[in-house]
Amino acid sequence: MSGRSLSYMEAVREAQAECLKADENVYLIGLGVPGPTGIFGTTKGLVEEFGAGRVLDMPASEGGMTGVALGTAISGMRPIFVHMRVDFAVLSMETLVNQAAKWHYMYGGRMRAPLTVRMIVGRGWGQGPQHSQSLQAWFAHVPGLKVVMPAAPRDAKGMLIAAVDDDAPVIVVEHRWLYNIRGAVPKGRGSEPLSGARVMRTGRDVTLAGFSYMALESMRAAEMLEKVGIDAEVIDLRSLTPIDTDTIVASVRKTGRLITADTAHTAFGATAEVTSCVAEQALDALRKPPVRIGLPAIPTPTTPALADLYYPRAVDIANAALRLCDSDREIAPPPKTTPWNDVPDPNFTGPY
Amino acid sequence: MLLQERLSRAAGRLAEPQVCREMLRQMLRIRMVEEEIVRRYPEQEMRCPIHICIGHEAPPVGVSAHLRREDKVFSAHRSHGHFLAKGGDLKAMVAELYGRATGCALGKGGSQHLVDLDAGFMGSAPILASTISVGVGVAWAAQRRGEDKVVAIYFGDGASEEGAFHEALNFAGVNRLPVVFVCENNLYSVHTPLGVRQPKGRQIYQLGAAHGLTGLACDGNDADAVWRVAKNAVASARAGGGPVLLEFFTYRWKEHCGPDEDFGLGYRSREEFDAWRARCPVANYAARLEADDVVTGAEFGAMRKEIGAEIDEAFAFARSSPFPEPDELARFVYPMPGGAA
Repeated sequence: MSGRSLSYMEAVREAQAECLKADENVYLIGLGVPGPTGIFGTTKGLVEEFGAGRVLDMPASEGGMTGVALGTAISGMRPIFVHMRVDFAVLSMETLVNQAAKWHYMYGGRMRAPLTVRMIVGRGWGQGPQHSQSLQAWFAHVPGLKVVMPAAPRDAKGMLIAAVDDDAPVIVVEHRWLYNIRGAVPKGRGSEPLSGARVMRTGRDVTLAGFSYMALESMRAAEMLEKVGIDAEVIDLRSLTPIDTDTIVASVRKTGRLITADTAHTAFGATAEVTSCVAEQALDALRKPPVRIGLPAIPTPTTPALADLYYPRAVDIANAALRLCDSDREIAPPPKTTPWNDVPDPNFTGPY
Repeated sequence: MLLQERLSRAAGRLAEPQVCREMLRQMLRIRMVEEEIVRRYPEQEMRCPIHICIGHEAPPVGVSAHLRREDKVFSAHRSHGHFLAKGGDLKAMVAELYGRATGCALGKGGSQHLVDLDAGFMGSAPILASTISVGVGVAWAAQRRGEDKVVAIYFGDGASEEGAFHEALNFAGVNRLPVVFVCENNLYSVHTPLGVRQPKGRQIYQLGAAHGLTGLACDGNDADAVWRVAKNAVASARAGGGPVLLEFFTYRWKEHCGPDEDFGLGYRSREEFDAWRARCPVANYAARLEADDVVTGAEFGAMRKEIGAEIDEAFAFARSSPFPEPDELARFVYPMPGGAA
């Protein structure tokens, strides 16, 4: 059973199907959710299975409809709200930040807002300035919201189920480049915890902690490093609220070196938070200044000629690790299998 | 023209005398509560922003006269009247203003976040249009479950300029939800007059038609007029006739936020205020009911005395209530699992 392999995309779809099946108060809503392409496949077929009353399209009113979903949540329903790209969720910031996040607190605990919001981070094939942002730190800054970034298919299913079960508003950030990644996913309606990091690989020389797709890139970096005799520990950070500093600190106490990688800008982002926490709690354990890997403070360029310079990759993490380990080696980028590094794998031929 | 026709049709229906007496009592109660807040606010014990609704008493009372306990109400920042007219607990409201543990939101919300679930008062928030969509969501949930429930959502003229208002009306229109949208147009958003914010010759109630809703407007200082217009609106929403947008023309007597007059600021004139004060919703209604022998002067005096005692008791309760304990600070940021408080 645990040997069954699903893609991340299939895991997300299965999580929603399980939730819809188990609780009539759950419904799924978003622009295009019951549509022909089904949110990159993650909602495909669900309207046929559960009906148009529970798998719903909506007006292109991201802010207003988030409020509507919140209204149903405080009435006892459990909406799953989908933004095909994070960038559209910016239109719902008022409702998420001022209303949903605070609804439980500011009314003295008298109501709960069990709202799950899926936001998908785009990348590559010219997604550009407004289709590829990774804004998880914005949401994680607001008390009352929970923000998770599953990287493994098993978490994509289990954390989404946990989000639906949770009585707080939960933002589930999914990276589009994880969608075709396969992994073991249990059947049924089991959940995975919304908090806590997971050590994916143990090692003694350097800690590579990554969020979402950058956890995967950290694993790839560890494989590159192994070939040159560096033993990296890899941590899938999984959640921003809270960041599991215990797991990171325990690892840094062992390795003395930390690289944190995020899909977002480094400035004011989750990598800064991780680094601060380690500095506060384990400065003495750090043998080298910690390194942050993420996006520069530049909007995403559309042309692959510039986007290829913009996104850090596994090889960048690996080379940063070599420098931290005082190695003067340089790992060469893997040979290109596509003309540009703007697709998750060679099978992808665009567009999104 | 259409509005005039609708108003003249509506004018044929009048409230029963006992309903009129109760509306007078409710308006007087709201007025007297606000006057007591105004009187005591300079004591600096109510340490939160307050938006006094003196002048706005008729819409909440005329609308709530048609609402049942299980019907729901949402409001914005100027919410005291909406809260009280829906049956919100006065003591818990005053204690909330005083930041006490006995407040309706345990002191965590203040005047801008009143709540009383038992009375169907679901919440209020100062970001102008932000509760409108939440109220629509509550109506949608009720419709989906086949519940016989109407949601009334109060907001000001400024809210109709925010996108959330239009998005919420659009969705309510698409699904013919049981919502009564109630706009209290008092001509100013803080200090900015309507004329620089909205096009001349287009009235807010007309925006209803743009979203597939019925839009109606009337004198918001006349409880009878509000009662008549709201009667149709609530009945229509309840019967599945779809949402309705009501616009009530009224005037705020005090400053935007706080207990004082603000004619010294120059953004509106004392002459304008005097004209509106001459149309005082409470005094004029009392005079009308006395002239019509619905209420005697003695009964009005007795009402005043009874309400005064209730208010004294509420303020005494609030002022003698404890402040929240320090461990309340972090409680309710996230809900405890399994529904436990």
